[in-house]
Amino acid sequence: MSDLWEGIGQALWLLVTLDADLVEITLRSLRVTLTALVIACAIALPIGAFLAVRRFRARRFTIALLNALMGLPPVVVGLIVYVLLSRSGPFGVMGLIFTPTAMIIAQVVIIVPLISSIAHQALRELWSDYHDLLISLNTTQRQRMAALLWDGRRALLTAALAGFGRAIGEVGAIMIVGGNIDHHTRVLTTAIALETGKGDFAMALGLGFVLILLAIAVNLAIHIIGRTEQEGRW
Amino acid sequence: MKSLLTGLWVALATSSAAFADDMKLAVTTSFQNSGLADVLLPAIKEDTGIDVQLLVVGTGQALRLSEAGDVDAILVHSRTAEEAFVAAGYGTHRREIMYNDFVFIGPDTDPADIKAADTASVALAKIADAKSPFVSRGDDSGTHKAELKLWAAADLTPAGNWYRKVGAGMGATLNIASGMPAYVISDRASWLNFGNKDGLALLFAGDPVLFNQYAFLPVNPAKHPHVKADLAQTLEDWLTSGTAKALIDGYEINGETLFTFNAE
Amino acid sequence: MRSLFPLTLTGATIRRKGKRLVGPIDLTLQDQGITIVIGPNGAGKTSLLRMMHGIARLSDGAINWGCDLDTAHAAQSFVFQQPILLRRSVRDNIAYPLRLRGIAKAMARAQADTAGTRVGLGPMLDRPATFLSGGERQKLAIARALITKPALLFLDEPCASLDGRATREIEEILRQAATSGTRLIMSTHDMGQARRLADDVLFLLKGHIHEHAPTPLFFDQPQTAEAAAFLNGDIVE
Ligand SMILES: Nc1ncnc2c1ncn2[C@@H]1O[C@H](COP(=O)(O)OP(=O)(O)O)[C@@H](O)[C@H]1O
Ligand SMILES: [Mg+2]
Repeated sequence: MSDLWEGIGQALWLLVTLDADLVEITLRSLRVTLTALVIACAIALPIGAFLAVRRFRARRFTIALLNALMGLPPVVVGLIVYVLLSRSGPFGVMGLIFTPTAMIIAQVVIIVPLISSIAHQALRELWSDYHDLLISLNTTQRQRMAALLWDGRRALLTAALAGFGRAIGEVGAIMIVGGNIDHHTRVLTTAIALETGKGDFAMALGLGFVLILLAIAVNLAIHIIGRTEQEGRW
Repeated sequence: MKSLLTGLWVALATSSAAFADDMKLAVTTSFQNSGLADVLLPAIKEDTGIDVQLLVVGTGQALRLSEAGDVDAILVHSRTAEEAFVAAGYGTHRREIMYNDFVFIGPDTDPADIKAADTASVALAKIADAKSPFVSRGDDSGTHKAELKLWAAADLTPAGNWYRKVGAGMGATLNIASGMPAYVISDRASWLNFGNKDGLALLFAGDPVLFNQYAFLPVNPAKHPHVKADLAQTLEDWLTSGTAKALIDGYEINGETLFTFNAE
Repeated sequence: MRSLFPLTLTGATIRRKGKRLVGPIDLTLQDQGITIVIGPNGAGKTSLLRMMHGIARLSDGAINWGCDLDTAHAAQSFVFQQPILLRRSVRDNIAYPLRLRGIAKAMARAQADTAGTRVGLGPMLDRPATFLSGGERQKLAIARALITKPALLFLDEPCASLDGRATREIEEILRQAATSGTRLIMSTHDMGQARRLADDVLFLLKGHIHEHAPTPLFFDQPQTAEAAAFLNGDIVE
């Protein structure tokens, strides 16, 4: 229990003094995860929309696969990405291993199934609302997906936020592919793992609280940008 | 709003500058936990201009990373594995830098009475006889290998409910030992820097078999042409220099010296 | 451009899960006027309209237009019994079919404003469509259906859940559309509405066309006992 209070104290102290390392690590966490999120959304949202509007033979299988991948342990993703990006791996020449880019790739792989699965759930309902109208209007597949993605953007925001939450809090995979190198690939979660390893629970908890605050801040910011509250419900 | 976002993005994007002279060095958890890196790295940067990026991993993973060419050099402490590594051609050579020692940590009540032991083998025998809980790293790290060697030297095969392999790093293992509580073998540096010592105490140390030799091994550029062999050479020269000797021998935690420089 | 009409259905049938929803229908429609489809609930009115519009797959038979199928599809619109609203503003809902045809946003919106104002939605163009009342929703759906200037407009019981005033307003909009050359095929269960609007009446019973006759004739001298009973307000099975 005392660790908890010390952790809160530690977090406050780090925040109030704008600890240089903390700022650096936090900004890197944000940069890596937001980049991964943008890329993942660009891939996952169209997948979700496609699964909603298109009946094809492997559709059920694809959905089942996405759901299964959603539960894939990040460490496994980390290992696979490591093997691919390692200097001895097929993409080794690109020299990406132990860089923020490698961490972004791992996070993209981890959250694409999650985002596309949630997006598909949300868009499936919208599609059943829109189905008759869009068929009647002779829309092309692209136009159908575009209508769903645009009109379902609020629900998709939730999907994106779920992806953000999972990516920013992920440690297993980025530890392996990023290497937790100080001033280079250290982010909040790997720093927490490091401090825990040193037995410095107060510091680890302090960083943990910063991580929670960051997640809340990003959620609020995205909601405000989306003006969810003002425009009311659709 | 948009311009604010763009500004934030630019700030984020520029927050990691690219370094021209950087190299990757895989080191063991125990080395990182000692805090010595925090003293050495700034000095290295100052003297040679090299930005050493540390990958803190177990010895097993360090060897794998260098075999794959993902790092430029390693600093580890597991002699047999290191010699096999050089023999297989993955490293050009093995250069001894310094040593520290392993210590026996256990419940401060010392149920197996290892305080009274005069050698490491006797201490282990007492633990095994008493079937007192003992946590092993179990992660194929240098420390784990050293522990196994000590059991073998004592002619014991630890097995049973009291012997727990946790498969974790030194810090995590110490956390587990503190929670049980249990005996554990740790490097002195990790122990001194460990923040959660409640209920644990250093019970036995000093047997020469517990000395723990660190060596520097550059990755063989013949195997991996992209490795920064010249930077590794510069780093090796620095690590074996008088400056390094002064810093290593002078490094203390709570007034205790941790490492002894012994490069030739 | 060749005309959509005549529209010819030959043996057109829809079956789902072994159940016959409508058909076989043999029917020819020419390019003038307002055709009203009536019949008891479950007679197959919706199925018939959807089948003609091409959004319900045929199980049997054929539907032929005076032109090729793509042109025919592009020249018709459908207003559903439950208006389907896009989660957008009223303006963007009405503009949507134009946007689909590649018309620039500003131009599409300007046209939507005109079309929306014409059906009385002028003051609420900026509002989310889901804030509209039942009558306003149906007006939106009609404005959206008419904005592409279709040659043919299907309406499936567009006034089913509306009060008298909204019904009158919608009928006025439809009459104007018909005057400006849009062919209407519309189902209703409101005999008053059928009398007011119809040029000819299709009386549907159990998926079959039981009677098809021009207006005064159908209402004054129904040829079948069932049609007479239905017009009387009796329950027809
Ligand atoms: N997709 C469907 N599958 C099975 N039965 C249907 C389906 N759609 C409509 N039906 C049934 O077909 C019959 C005709 O329906 P409908 O065309 O909606 O009649 P109406 O519009 O005249 O009330 C009804 O008995 C209805 O329950
Ligand atoms: Mg109906």
